[in-house]
Amino acid sequence: MKLNLTLLASLLAALLLSLMAGRHWIAFDNWLAGDLQSLIVMELRLPRACAGALVGMCLGMAGAAMQGYLRNPLADPGLFGVSSSAALGAVISLFFGYAVQAWLLPVFALSGAALGMATLALLAGRSGSLILFTLAGVILASLTGSLTSLLISLAPTPFASSEIVTWLMGALVDRSWDDVRLALIPAVLGMAALLRAAPALDALTLGETAARSLGVDMARLQWLIVLGVGLTVGGSVAVAGIIGFVGLMVPHIMRPLVDDRPSALLIPSALAGAILVVLADSLVRMLPSGSEMRLGIAMSSLGAPFFLALLFRMRREVA
Amino acid sequence: MDLRFDEISLTLRGRPVLHGVTGALTAGEITVILGANGAGKSTLLSCLAGLRKPDAGLVQLNRQSLHAMPPQERASLIGLLPQQADIHWNVNVRTLVALGRLPHCGRWGLGAEDEAAIDAAMVAADCAHLAARKAQRLSGGEQARVLLARVLAGEPRWILADEPFASLDPAHQLDAAACLRAAAAQGVGVAVVLHDLTQAARLAHRVIVMKEGAIIAAGPVGEVMNPAVLEAAYGVRVHAGQDAEGAPLIVPVARLP
Repeated sequence: MKLNLTLLASLLAALLLSLMAGRHWIAFDNWLAGDLQSLIVMELRLPRACAGALVGMCLGMAGAAMQGYLRNPLADPGLFGVSSSAALGAVISLFFGYAVQAWLLPVFALSGAALGMATLALLAGRSGSLILFTLAGVILASLTGSLTSLLISLAPTPFASSEIVTWLMGALVDRSWDDVRLALIPAVLGMAALLRAAPALDALTLGETAARSLGVDMARLQWLIVLGVGLTVGGSVAVAGIIGFVGLMVPHIMRPLVDDRPSALLIPSALAGAILVVLADSLVRMLPSGSEMRLGIAMSSLGAPFFLALLFRMRREVA
Repeated sequence: MDLRFDEISLTLRGRPVLHGVTGALTAGEITVILGANGAGKSTLLSCLAGLRKPDAGLVQLNRQSLHAMPPQERASLIGLLPQQADIHWNVNVRTLVALGRLPHCGRWGLGAEDEAAIDAAMVAADCAHLAARKAQRLSGGEQARVLLARVLAGEPRWILADEPFASLDPAHQLDAAACLRAAAAQGVGVAVVLHDLTQAARLAHRVIVMKEGAIIAAGPVGEVMNPAVLEAAYGVRVHAGQDAEGAPLIVPVARLP
């Protein structure tokens, strides 16, 4: 509880910082002045910061749930191919030019995620077996990944293919309240599904047999995970494209703070994910580069040194 | 109150693992299940825990089909201690033991009753002093006691334990056996898969002996645990005797040709 409150306070601070930060620093006094600066804060930066927080929450919680479900601290919400199905949906809308209507791209991405979830559930069957589920995810991820590459290579114009490639890199540029609204419903439903799975994730600490003997219905748990991860990741891809490493990094950092309990990890990971994305997005806006650095790239470049540090620590422990 | 299994058969990957197995566990008694490796003991235990549905036959708890029972209700009545000691996250020992309360606790976490059951279970399994330690850092024997405490914490009416003494030192083997006896004395029905014949003879009220997926002998310990049955089950010659205090002493001596 104390941890969650601290994280919530930090998230609010990060949001405030992100309203001030950007090409032009806008101090708090000018937010409500009614001039151009306040317009930038209220119409551009506020929805963008909220979208970032929502995306971070989704990815952080989905990552924590995935790691708990697979009992693998290196599992990532992208592993099951839901994010690449959502991306494929979005890429189809860009390929055929439907994305001229701003709201169509996220709708296509969400439909892609939904189709991906359905395929995943169909392929994995009703046994609730983790191995079948992971294999189904790998199949889905490789299929959607190759279809996405195919579309890029077949793009009608160089402009379309560059648009697709840029979109895939993930960003929060020019996100409006419409984007936030569109992602909010799947995000909330998805997080609710994951929170319902929480006690079962704890039971899995003892392995599948003991968890089942404790009353965990593995097939129901798989449904909750598919729904939860699908909706949260689908929603976040719809808003921001593919942003990696959040779902992998954040649960790692939070785990020791919650006594390694998978259920206790969900909410702190959501809050810390939001903080990470909001801060990283503020950072890319402040970098003095010609065009803004894509958020997805920034996040991956944070991911590499993080895991390098982790690797060195583990090497010391192994030695 | 009994946990009854009637004519249960199960085929796994084309191999018949159980065929036509019939018997019952009785509340307040310890039933030891004996048999060579691959005789179907663990599979029988997982059928009795409701984790595997037999292809044919019925498992009934108080005349109600076990497989028709909601998982949570079943879990609150039957506690299973699997052979494999899985601890996937490095949680505190007390957190791990508290998982045994999952079938009982509501959405709002542990109540005072749950906390009391957890404390009692940790004392019974001699791991109260480990409460604040990290579970993955414990020795194998300490982990086995913690996992036993996890089962006891659920206050099940039935305890099914698959080789619970395998990684325990002699002192803790005696402690764990005392734990199971105490549970049985309180009316809990206990089924234990064991390989140590002396231990089995001293712990059991009743014995089920399995061979190749079928029961070859079952009944009170004094009737069943004789050299002829054990030789048929394991293919070894056994020496059966008594120690100075008159307690049974059964030792495998040589493989039969």
